[in-house]
Amino acid sequence: MYDIERIYQASSVDDAVKHLLEDESALVIAGGSDILVKIHSGKLAGCSLVSIYGIDELRGVSINGDGRIKIGPLTSFSHITNDEIIKKYVPVLGEAVDQVGGPQIRNIGTIGGNVCNGVTSADSASTLFALNAKIEITGEKGKKIIPISDFYLGPGKVDLKKGEILTAIYIDKEDYEGYTGCYIKYAMRNAMDIATIGCVVICKLDNNKSCIEDVRLAYGVAGPIPMRCPKTEESIKGMKISDTMFEKFGSMAVTEVKPRDSWRASKVLRLQLAKELSKRALKQAIDKWEVI
Amino acid sequence: MADIILNFTVNDEPRHLLIDDRDSLANVLRNQLHLTSVKKGCEVGECGACTVLINGETFDSCIYLAMWAEGKEIRTLEGLMDENGNISDIQQAFIDEAAVQCGFCTPGFIMSAMPIIESDEEYTREEIKKRLAGNLCRCTGYENIINAIEKVKKIRMEKQNI
Repeated sequence: MYDIERIYQASSVDDAVKHLLEDESALVIAGGSDILVKIHSGKLAGCSLVSIYGIDELRGVSINGDGRIKIGPLTSFSHITNDEIIKKYVPVLGEAVDQVGGPQIRNIGTIGGNVCNGVTSADSASTLFALNAKIEITGEKGKKIIPISDFYLGPGKVDLKKGEILTAIYIDKEDYEGYTGCYIKYAMRNAMDIATIGCVVICKLDNNKSCIEDVRLAYGVAGPIPMRCPKTEESIKGMKISDTMFEKFGSMAVTEVKPRDSWRASKVLRLQLAKELSKRALKQAIDKWEVI
Repeated sequence: MADIILNFTVNDEPRHLLIDDRDSLANVLRNQLHLTSVKKGCEVGECGACTVLINGETFDSCIYLAMWAEGKEIRTLEGLMDENGNISDIQQAFIDEAAVQCGFCTPGFIMSAMPIIESDEEYTREEIKKRLAGNLCRCTGYENIINAIEKVKKIRMEKQNI
C-alpha cells in the first residue's frame, strides 16, 4: 500500500486544474514511475495527488495542416517511438526516448512527466531543446505556450504555477523539416540507466550536401538543466564538412557546457564526453543525409 | 484514502473488486485475486519480477496504481495455461532450456516474452535482449532465457508460414 494521504482521479484538464487549485499541496501524477518510487522510498510519504493518467485527451501524437506536430504529454515513450508521425518527421525524438529505462518503464513513463520532473538527465528533454519544442501550459486563466528553454528554471524546477499543468508539446515544421538528428546517451549500461551525459545534434546541409547550413546542439547532464550551445552552433554554420569543422565543433562545445562532479562521473570525464559526443552525434546526423 | 470499485478483465475473466485507491496493481493481483505469479521484487520498477500485460503491453505492476486498470485487460502467467491446466509452449521451453533456477524472476521474464512471441514481427537476438532489459535475474545468466524465447519464437513463426 502506498503512503498516500489523498488521491483524486481527474476526468479532464479543467477538472485537474480545479482540484490542484483546491488542494494547495497536491502533486500531479502522470505515469508515476518517478512519483510512486519517491513515495515508496518515503521522500513523498503522506502526499496528496491528482492523477491525470486517465485523461485520454492528453495522449497521442498528431500533426496539423501547417505541419506543426502536437505531442500529448501523457504519450508513453514506447508510443512515441512507434508513432508513424514521429518516425517520419522527427525520428531522433523516437530514438532518444527509446533509450529511457527498460521496456516496462517506456510503457508507463510519459514524455510530459519526463519534462515536468525538470531533471537535466531526461532523455527527451535535450532532444526537445534541439527541436525548439514549445510547451503548452493550461491553468485557471487558460492556455499559454512558451519555449521549452523558458520552462526549465533550475534542477528539478519548472515553470508550473499552482493549478497549472502541461497540456501539449509542439514542434513546428520549420524546426524539423529538412533536418536529420542523432542522440547519443552515454551511460554505464545499455538499459535501466540514467545518462552520464546525453548529446543531441540536429543539422541541415546545403544543396550540395557539402556544407552545414544549420545545426543545433543540446546536452543533458552538462549543466543544472538541459542546455543548448548557441556559440558552438554559430561557429560551424556555413562551414564545409571536414575534419577541421568537426574539431571546431567539439572544442567549442567544451567551452559552453558546465558539467559538475557527481558520484556518476567526474567533471573531467563529462567534459571529455561533451567534446567527443558532439563530434560523433554530428557525424551520425550528417550520415543520415544520405538516406533521406 | 478511499475504497473504490475496480472493473477490469484479468486473464479473460471480468472482475469487479472493492479496492483501496492507494494500492498497487501488484498487491491487488496477489492479495485479492491470489495470482501469486506476480512477484514483488524491488518494488520500484527495476527488476521486472512483477511484470504483467496491460492491454497487451508490459508493465511493472508494482509501480502501477490498481485504480488505473479500470476497463483494462490484464494478463498474468496464470492466464497462459489452457483449459485443462497444461502449461504453454513458452513455459515448457523455459524448462527444456534450463532457463529457470530459483524461479523468482521467471513469471516476469515470460510475461516480457509474450509480446515478442505473439507478434508477427521477426526479432534478432539483440532485439530480444533489448525487450528483456527491464527484467533482472540473479542466477541463470540470461543466455538460457534468451535461448528459450528464441526457440518458441522460431517455432511459432514457422507455424505461421505454413
